[in-house]
Amino acid sequence: MPHFLDFFLFQILPYIAIVTFIMGTILRFDRDPYSWRTKSSQLLRRKQLVVGSILFHLGILVVLAGHLVGLLTPIEVFDALGISHRAKQILAIILGGIAGVFCLVGLCLLLHRRLFDARIRKNSSWADIMVLLLLLIQLVLGLITIPFSMAHLDGHEMVKFMNWAQHIVTFGGNAHLFIADVALVFKLHIVFGLLILVVFPFTRLVHALSAPIGYVIRPYQIVRKRAK
Amino acid sequence: MSYFIDRISYFTRTRESFANGHGITTNENRAWEKAYRDRWAHDKIVRSTHGVNCTGSCSWKIYVKNGLVTWETQQTDYPRTRPDLPNHEPRGCSRGASYSWYIYAANRLKYPMVRKRLLDLWRATKQRVGGDPVVAWKSIQSDPAARQSYQQVRGRGGFVRAAWEEVNEIIAAANIYTIKEYGPDRVIGFSPIPAMSMVSYAAGSRYLSLLGGVCMSFYDWYCDLPPSSPQTWGEQTDVPESADWYNAGFIIMWGSNVPQTRTPDAHFMTEARYKGTQVVTITPDYSEASKFGDIWLNPRQGTDAALGMAMGHVILREFHLDQASSYFDDYCRTYTDMPFLVKLEMQNNTYVPGRMVRASDFKNNLDETNNPEWKTVCFDQDTDTITVPTGSIGFRWGEQGKWNIVPNDAKTGKPIRPRKTLLGVQDAIVKVAFPYFGGQTHEHDYFKSNARKDVLERNIPVRYLELNGKKVPVACVFDLLCAQYGLHRDGLDGDHVARNYDENVPYTPKWQEGITGVSAEKVIQVAKAFAKNADMTKGKSMIIIGAAMNHWYHMDMNYRACINMLVFCGCVGQSGGGWSHYVGQEKLRPQTGWVPLAFASDWNRPPRQQNSTSFFYAHTDQWRYETLELSEILSPTADRSKWTGSLMDCNVRSVRMGWLPFFPQLEENSIELVKMAEKNGQDPVDYVVNRLSQGNLRMSVEDPDNPKNWPRNLFVWRSNLLGSSGKGHEYFLKYFLGTQHGVQGKDLGVEGKRRSTEVVWHDQAPEGKLDLLVTLDFRMSTTCVYSDIVLPTASWYEKNDLNTSDMHPFIHPLSKAIDPVWQSRSDWEIYKGIAQTFSALCVGHLGVEKEIVLSPIQHDTAGELAQPDVKDWRKGENKLIPGKTGPSMKVIERDYPATFNRFTSLGPLLEKLGNGGKGINWDTNHEVEFLKKLNGEKQGRVKIDSDIDACEVILSLAPETNGEVAVKGWEALSKITGRDHTHLALPKEEEKIRFRDIQAQPRKIISSPTWSGLESEHVCYNAGYTNVHEYIPWRTLTGRQQLYQDHPWMVDFGEALVSYRPPINTRTVQHMLNKHGAESPTIVLNFITPHQKWGIHSTYTDNLHMLTLSRGGPIVWISEVDAKKIGVQDNEWLEVFNINGAIVARAVVSQRVNEGMMMMYHAQEKLVHTPGSKITNARGGIHNSVTRATVKPTHMIGGYAQLSYGFNYYGTVGSNRDEFVVVRKLGQVDWMDEPAQVGGNKS
Repeated sequence: MPHFLDFFLFQILPYIAIVTFIMGTILRFDRDPYSWRTKSSQLLRRKQLVVGSILFHLGILVVLAGHLVGLLTPIEVFDALGISHRAKQILAIILGGIAGVFCLVGLCLLLHRRLFDARIRKNSSWADIMVLLLLLIQLVLGLITIPFSMAHLDGHEMVKFMNWAQHIVTFGGNAHLFIADVALVFKLHIVFGLLILVVFPFTRLVHALSAPIGYVIRPYQIVRKRAK
Repeated sequence: MSYFIDRISYFTRTRESFANGHGITTNENRAWEKAYRDRWAHDKIVRSTHGVNCTGSCSWKIYVKNGLVTWETQQTDYPRTRPDLPNHEPRGCSRGASYSWYIYAANRLKYPMVRKRLLDLWRATKQRVGGDPVVAWKSIQSDPAARQSYQQVRGRGGFVRAAWEEVNEIIAAANIYTIKEYGPDRVIGFSPIPAMSMVSYAAGSRYLSLLGGVCMSFYDWYCDLPPSSPQTWGEQTDVPESADWYNAGFIIMWGSNVPQTRTPDAHFMTEARYKGTQVVTITPDYSEASKFGDIWLNPRQGTDAALGMAMGHVILREFHLDQASSYFDDYCRTYTDMPFLVKLEMQNNTYVPGRMVRASDFKNNLDETNNPEWKTVCFDQDTDTITVPTGSIGFRWGEQGKWNIVPNDAKTGKPIRPRKTLLGVQDAIVKVAFPYFGGQTHEHDYFKSNARKDVLERNIPVRYLELNGKKVPVACVFDLLCAQYGLHRDGLDGDHVARNYDENVPYTPKWQEGITGVSAEKVIQVAKAFAKNADMTKGKSMIIIGAAMNHWYHMDMNYRACINMLVFCGCVGQSGGGWSHYVGQEKLRPQTGWVPLAFASDWNRPPRQQNSTSFFYAHTDQWRYETLELSEILSPTADRSKWTGSLMDCNVRSVRMGWLPFFPQLEENSIELVKMAEKNGQDPVDYVVNRLSQGNLRMSVEDPDNPKNWPRNLFVWRSNLLGSSGKGHEYFLKYFLGTQHGVQGKDLGVEGKRRSTEVVWHDQAPEGKLDLLVTLDFRMSTTCVYSDIVLPTASWYEKNDLNTSDMHPFIHPLSKAIDPVWQSRSDWEIYKGIAQTFSALCVGHLGVEKEIVLSPIQHDTAGELAQPDVKDWRKGENKLIPGKTGPSMKVIERDYPATFNRFTSLGPLLEKLGNGGKGINWDTNHEVEFLKKLNGEKQGRVKIDSDIDACEVILSLAPETNGEVAVKGWEALSKITGRDHTHLALPKEEEKIRFRDIQAQPRKIISSPTWSGLESEHVCYNAGYTNVHEYIPWRTLTGRQQLYQDHPWMVDFGEALVSYRPPINTRTVQHMLNKHGAESPTIVLNFITPHQKWGIHSTYTDNLHMLTLSRGGPIVWISEVDAKKIGVQDNEWLEVFNINGAIVARAVVSQRVNEGMMMMYHAQEKLVHTPGSKITNARGGIHNSVTRATVKPTHMIGGYAQLSYGFNYYGTVGSNRDEFVVVRKLGQVDWMDEPAQVGGNKS
């Protein structure tokens, strides 16, 4: 891969993606609050949705959490806890693999329903379909990385990604050099991941930020005072 | 400013808890709530309503925001009612609430549209002929291939946008060419129900009337007109407002689905029940109305007359004979024809009831010099002498002061007591023959008979009188009625009468059991309770009746059976009682103010008005398929040799004798006829009379298939003729339009069953009679789809107009909340534009032209006394005298280039001839002067430029909205009756209602002499109220409620008295069973078409909200039993067909429906979700695809008191419920998605 492309995709694109993600999300929240929703099609057809949605969400949440913890936790922390890279790599493969399969099954169900149920299809925007396709590609890419990871269970490749990610978020510079020599499938996986961040504020994905967790602990009645 | 940043408030957030921590108070930012407030904020609210012929006339708030209509909600500011009466609110329903969806919907018409083939043809031809549009149109019409090229694709897509200038040019050119070539009466317009938007109606009818074009009727065509009403009362329809239900003590809801079809009024029904009113519901199916009933009776559909006759039997037995109610007795003597005398005429060795005895039958005409042949007589009980009471129709014309129904002798002015029965004082008892139809068997086993001889002889007490030099037996109507109802009377005895209810004798409760399926016990219970309440409350028993029972061929029997019950019990004209027939929005309250505007009678009189049923029956060639023969409906007592030919022949005779109108009127151009007469130095009327008498000029009705007699241009506006009301839909498509159709049968010529003697038969009937079909609408309706030119009209929130209803006493505006959207224009502006183009283009083709106008003998004019007996001039029985023995003829001068100027100003005839209606006339100069100041002047005349100008003309001229005019009207009537009625309007003399007044609040109108009820602070509006309380006669032969119809045609068709007549045989099923019966399991069902829940007629049926609430496409209801027979599950597709065509719809399988019945809610269009039919190879059809109109000779009678023609008043009606269909499961659903195959039918 030419050096420039590496530099752009893994040094510049991450910042473009993160800024778009944060600013886009804030602007949408602020300027277009009524569009902030899941756009659920449950009222149109329950069929396939319940199973598909549960499998998908369960899988994606585990995968997402795995990626965040795995990539962004400083290596020193693992070392201090005495978790070897090998152990971490194996854990990631097993946990990520299972969750990935859950997610894949769910996603296929949802996509099938969205494309081939005429009523859902008629009520879908291009973005609704695109998001599902994007997630599917990303998921498949993620699952394809498993055999590659199996080839180096000691986790040294994994450390490259941790270094890359942590350099990006700490403005370390030259982060792209850490992953210059990894397999192409990993690079594609990263690029698609960043793409998802880019489209995030402009699609129904924003609902991920509005999980109604507060409802579990809030009092029954909330009285909002009039502004003074 | 920013929700996001404001939410970052962790350190300043205060939280106070309460209720033990179950609640908290926070100070978090609430700016986001603004979004919700903005959602419901608006810039203005405008008052409007929906002109949709639903009778609601509900007041709505229309909300406008950023120049767009956002939504509508119900207004709640009607004027209050009296303290003892609930208020009118809430008014409105889910249909009205969904209306604003239409304004910006995809099916909204936004631009003028033209059929592309026509437009290409037009542009090319115009260029070729050198630019003259009239010559271009002539050239297109003269080329059959060119004409057919666009006719045969009607209904099959292919519209393109065009500019207003261009479409106006095409339309004007077509009109000019048609007038020049064929005559103005070939330009036709169909628009219904003026009351729903009076100015919009008037726009088109004013244009047509200025041209000499023809306005088509609708009330009769819709079959909502009950001919029984003019027969009984001489009144089109007059009914109580819904608030009057609350005053009733006993209500029968008979075939009227009040909550579903009278939604905004239904609350009065609930409130009446809370008050304690007893309610009986009579519906064949378990309808929404059934739940209101303390008792629910479900007679087999179409047999209501049998039920009504049995109830009448009980009422007469218990309240007139056994223990006579003094209230009923007094009422019937004063207000009905029961005491009047009928001659008994010898026929086939028995007597039959014939003509009513008139003063002219006696020596010296009983000293009556004016109209003695129209003055009926009875016995005065006190003196036992013959008397001529005041009030019969002879007193209405030619003299003044004696047309009232105070029981007085006309000559002496002394009070009389009319004798109701001759029993006990008779000279003899004679046997009289009564026709009996209840024994007729039906082609389908579904309708049961109760076999008897077809003539029943019963005993009648008679007196002998010397009439016209002969001794003749006469009888009282009451005695004939009692005999007809099959009541045994002591002292009479004889056969075919019952002593008690258990005898199976026509028309006892026992007798009707087998026919209706209702138990005798229930019939007796309801009839007794109904009459007992009326007796105790002096008439507060009411029958609410829908059009359902009126849609049967023998509707008059159904209705007269009910009307008789009300009359027997003295309910008509009493507050809280009477006949509440609710159908469409017929009540045009300010009618007499509107007529001059609408029919341009300020410029020319009379206008051309056509009864649509006969028109469509003839011109869509449904008559060529008529299987009902005269012999089937004639009375067994009639002289059959007099009755040759077909139903169509009866219509021809009727037109010839001046009874019914028919347009086109004459085979030759009415302008050319005048020119020829003048060339010969003859008076044009004499010229036409001579040529007609000599037989070298024919009336168009005698040869409707001749190209000379085709209607050529048709305007349809405010209507969905082809998607809703067009009975015989497929015949319209075939013959009228010349496009793809589903007609399955062969005409009578092919079948070898031709019977016609008067009408010319062409072996090959023409297809595609119309040159041009222009439709104005706001949405792409079925009619639009079949049109050549579609004009986008402003909807009900985009124009100014007036709206009234019979359900409440207010006049209501339609208001312009926003300007017409896209390129749409109000109907007023559209016709104004066409008039302007017409005026410009006609120069050189048409100038000031004289033409001769034929019109029938009109009710409520002196002409209604024209024909005491029936004579046909064509057969040499008398001479053709216009207005007397045949149609009236008048020469009218039309200034065609001045059409636009005349359209937009008020003509001189109002000042010259005054204004009025229903036989009353008053001077109206003061109002014209007032309007000159209010609207301004145009060339010295009142200007009518805008729609509001037009509204003000109506409001100023009408007695209902101008107290001064009301007083003038009552004064005029007082002169005729000889009694002072002005006290009814004097308190409101200074009240004048303007358009801006009704926009501020709906206004209650003022009592007017042209209606029979009062708008008072003390009683609700109730029909017949002034007849009963002011002694104003009903406009009938006797001046009383006419239960006996003595016209020779009535007698011959067996309807002199009410009886039960079973549904007719339409013979539309057997042929199809033979052809398709073996393909899959089928059943045969009776097809009825009630009104629906998810639309008003066809409007709203394509509205997304209503489609979502309903099943979203065409549906038919069938019973579980029938569904099982053909293996159909709920929601499966069905094919419904007969010889007239086919429908495809999904099945609603319901316990609600009777076995043997199919209900298809009428006017579900074929626009949404309608697949193809295997039978017709065309798209599934509308409800009228399986119907065909059948006319009835008794509705063609004219020139005879109450049986005289009036536009939408009397005439043939389009019945359709006697129809049967074959039903089967639709194997494969074909959505017909492929491009249209042009070139006629695939089949």
